[in-house]
Amino acid sequence: MANISKNNVSLFFFKLVPVILLYISVLLQLDEDNKDYFNFNFAQILIFYWCLKRNDLLGYGFIFFAGIVNDTLVGLPLGITSFCYLVLCGFAAYLRTITISPSLIKDWFFFLLAIFVTNSLSFIILYLFFDVELKMSKLFLNTSFTFLLYIIFSAIFDYFLKNFIGLKND
Amino acid sequence: MEPSRDDFIIAIRSAFLKKGNKQRFSLFALITISLIFLIFSKYNFKFINYIKIGINETVYRASFVVYAPFNFLDDKYFEIKNHFNLYKNYEILNKDLQNLRKKKYESEFLISENKRLKKVIEDIYYSSDEIIAKVLVDKQSPFLKSVVINKGSKNNIIKGMAVLSEYHLIGKVEEVNYTTSRVLLLSDLNSKIPVLIEPEGVRAILSGGEDNLGEIKYQKEKLLISNESIVYSSGLGGILKAGIPIGKIKINNRKINVKFFKDFNQISFVKVLRFSEEKN
Repeated sequence: MANISKNNVSLFFFKLVPVILLYISVLLQLDEDNKDYFNFNFAQILIFYWCLKRNDLLGYGFIFFAGIVNDTLVGLPLGITSFCYLVLCGFAAYLRTITISPSLIKDWFFFLLAIFVTNSLSFIILYLFFDVELKMSKLFLNTSFTFLLYIIFSAIFDYFLKNFIGLKND
Repeated sequence: MEPSRDDFIIAIRSAFLKKGNKQRFSLFALITISLIFLIFSKYNFKFINYIKIGINETVYRASFVVYAPFNFLDDKYFEIKNHFNLYKNYEILNKDLQNLRKKKYESEFLISENKRLKKVIEDIYYSSDEIIAKVLVDKQSPFLKSVVINKGSKNNIIKGMAVLSEYHLIGKVEEVNYTTSRVLLLSDLNSKIPVLIEPEGVRAILSGGEDNLGEIKYQKEKLLISNESIVYSSGLGGILKAGIPIGKIKINNRKINVKFFKDFNQISFVKVLRFSEEKN
């Protein structure tokens, strides 16, 4: 009996991991390392992966609020990051709906399309409506590294999901 | 078989409109709220500004608390590093001290002479109100470079005030909340400051550039500028006082960059200054 309740507590904690990781990455700006030659967006990887595989563990409300927090910390117009994160969720939800047999390579390239669209949208909105100048080369580097690192983080999250939470929705 | 247009629409509808498993909101609803936030921010609606100030105050404080252990570790790392470089630093400082002692007497004479001459030609004097502030959040994104300080409208901070670290200009106040403010650093692409390059006396605009450097733009006498020249604020535009040191010129492949005197990643306290003009 005690063993069951202990397992339930640890399972409850493991299920919170995606939300905790998202907020840690946003609050500490872990992903956006202040380097000109290497930076990637960890939050985008996390959101796409968990919305695709277990969307019940990362609520859209949490993602929306994480975007608001990110805008506040970085100094972007309120709502822009939330919008981009949620469009990314839309891509993941669409892929989940149309996929019958999941394939990592297919997910990976769909992720590239998703981040390309969301980053372009963000760039267009910021540049055209808010006169915020962004360096295209940095955005390109950020998108490329985010795409390349997806496969690594995906493997880590897969391992975590299989061994600590379980693949099936509740 | 090719998926039909209907299948595509059904999949899109399912992805955006349906609430997912254990989801409280649909994607469509939240995307709409984000867009409403964006539109209201664009047109500066009053209520969205109040919401923004409330969120800013909470998030800045929360981020400061979350980041406290990392700040502690950072401080300790630099403390240990400084201990290892103690003797080397001592020698450098000793040389600098000797040079500065020589220059001090010269500059004291020049200051008094300058004041006397300004009185003769009835020029404008600047007086400044100084506010010391602590940096709460300094995690800069690769796209936007700014820091958050713990003084706001409550402490008479207003938009556009100059921000200095020690004696060097590092940016200006861009956004003011009740107890916090955001400072746009000179290394940000969106920062544009009128500067004076000495000893050539060339006026130009300093913008943020790559690799935490500044970039000199819109200067007329491009060929006059040489390496190691000093960049000062020019005082044009009436926001900043003339003569605040900013950095040194570094010319790379015909691109005129500015290496800032201060490392923007190492700032703990800043001085926020408001300059007002006083006629003699």
